[in-house]
Amino acid sequence: MSDPRHAPAIDEAPPVPLGEAPPVRARELVKRYKEVLAVDHIDLNVRAGDVYGFLGPNGAGKTTTLRMCLGLIVPSEGKVELFGRDPMRAGAGALEGVAGFVEAPRFYPYLTARKNLELLAALDGGDARGRIAEVLDTVELTPRAGHRVGGYSHGMRQRLGIAAALLRRPRLLLLDEPATGLDPAGMRDMRALIRRLAEEGITVLLSSHQLPEVQELCDRVAIVDRGRVVYEGALADLRRQGGAGYRLRSTDDARALAILAAQPGVEHALAGEHGLSFQAQERDVGALTLALAREGIGILALTPELATLEDLFFRLTEGDGAIPAEQGLQREKVAS
Amino acid sequence: MSAVETASAPLPARATHGRRPSTLTALRWELRKLVSQKRTYLGLGLAALFPLIFVVFENLHQRHGHGGGLSIFSGQITASGLATPVLTLEFLSAFMLPLIASLVAGDIVAAEDGNGTLKTILTRSVDRSQVFAAKALAATLYAALAVYVSAAVATIGGVASWGFHPVITLSGTTVSAPEALLLVFASNAMYLIPMLGVVAFGLALSTATRNSAASVVGAVGFVILLYIVAAIPGLEGIQPYLLTEQFANWHGLLRTPTDWAPILHSLWVCALYAAPALIAGYLVFLRRDVAGG
Repeated sequence: MSDPRHAPAIDEAPPVPLGEAPPVRARELVKRYKEVLAVDHIDLNVRAGDVYGFLGPNGAGKTTTLRMCLGLIVPSEGKVELFGRDPMRAGAGALEGVAGFVEAPRFYPYLTARKNLELLAALDGGDARGRIAEVLDTVELTPRAGHRVGGYSHGMRQRLGIAAALLRRPRLLLLDEPATGLDPAGMRDMRALIRRLAEEGITVLLSSHQLPEVQELCDRVAIVDRGRVVYEGALADLRRQGGAGYRLRSTDDARALAILAAQPGVEHALAGEHGLSFQAQERDVGALTLALAREGIGILALTPELATLEDLFFRLTEGDGAIPAEQGLQREKVAS
Repeated sequence: MSAVETASAPLPARATHGRRPSTLTALRWELRKLVSQKRTYLGLGLAALFPLIFVVFENLHQRHGHGGGLSIFSGQITASGLATPVLTLEFLSAFMLPLIASLVAGDIVAAEDGNGTLKTILTRSVDRSQVFAAKALAATLYAALAVYVSAAVATIGGVASWGFHPVITLSGTTVSAPEALLLVFASNAMYLIPMLGVVAFGLALSTATRNSAASVVGAVGFVILLYIVAAIPGLEGIQPYLLTEQFANWHGLLRTPTDWAPILHSLWVCALYAAPALIAGYLVFLRRDVAGG
């Protein structure tokens, strides 16, 4: 039985220059645990510069997918490439330029934070050791660097996990629930750090349950449910395609409501305290404005209200995946 | 992390390049991890404690006028302090030293798997084969250290109690004290050959079971099982091929002239135990899913 992980030594990894191949490209990735299908033919395409959100309920297969990305577990089928290199074939060589952690970052509790980083820097080689002070400073752990990690709070360990990842000067950062367990200030600071790293050109693959966090940070997302990707693409497209809502204030809301109710393509028209609300596709809104004008009704305000990521997430992962296909909500075709 | 945004250190998005870490680097850090753990000192403490107890007991025994012994060396205890390390090796080699070696060999992979640190080190720039090699070497070095700590304490205690004098060998010839000291050192080195089999077995269990306690108990249980097998009537024919029988291979050094046959025999017999265990552990380690922690 051949094991792809044994195949060529790391130094034989194909010399794909970083930056030419996409940071993450997964094709038909499958992971089975006996009868359980944890990951079911997942495709991912993380592009350079993305802050890519990886969303899904507990048990959807996110962490398993990230483990396969990092070469920690062997896919049952399919393959994943990091900058064009397959961790199953290239071993540690595939992780060049890649860092991150899966689930909570783990360290040796009997060593200090600095010693832990020294150990990891030694296992990274290169100039990693010379960057320990810098990364400790970045996550603001310098004053506690001499303390044993066993005494660290959850938040401090998360920050140390980021520091350990930054030692490698990553071009791709894979973070699994980095804000989990942090207090509100810790979450805010973690978001700020991720935003800053993204601004510096690091591609981030962020698995998170914090939907507002993803909405704030990410430009592209994949939503997985029961091991399958139910959406992959731009977050803005998802929100736009997810059934845009509008709010209307007019010179005569009562007549406007009647027109809304009769207008093709306009749904759920309601009168509220602050005007009218309805749902429609963009093309139908254009026709609606003309209809209102023909009736001599002036438009005081017409504002789109995009669905929140949370709304869309639950619609995709609960019940029947209620976003209609004709609204264009389909998996974005991934460049092969 | 309230000032994260104002942290000034730039982080250029450039992959770490340069020299890849060697297996020796990984080994150095395996040893540093061992040095930082209390369990390490528990094993070494046991290795030191038993010879110490032996020396104290023999001193008291001698004071109360008891005499006699089970081997040629027990009869020489009061004649030369260098008989003590030979006797303690005889006693500890059967069970205690394999147990101490198992404490680390059985734990060295499983503990990291349980704590989740295995995934931490396997997502750096070292290959799995390097990590496994470093762990195997660290467990072996620890076993060797335990053996020599025991020998050193026994030698120092014995010489302090009964002097640095010549010793009579198993063949009845007398060797000078310096030569006897060299033989003590060499005997312990030969004993490391079967210990490698124990270490390899413990390491394989540690990799396969992912459970420290099961691995340590399993390795010690394996030694006990071999003793039981050796005691079964009718199975005398397989005794020369049991790992436990090789624990006395160093007796050949204490004969004049040196009897190399048991040592050479133990070399290949122990290889038959160690090599499959190491290969199995290595393959499991390469192929395993690291899903813990």
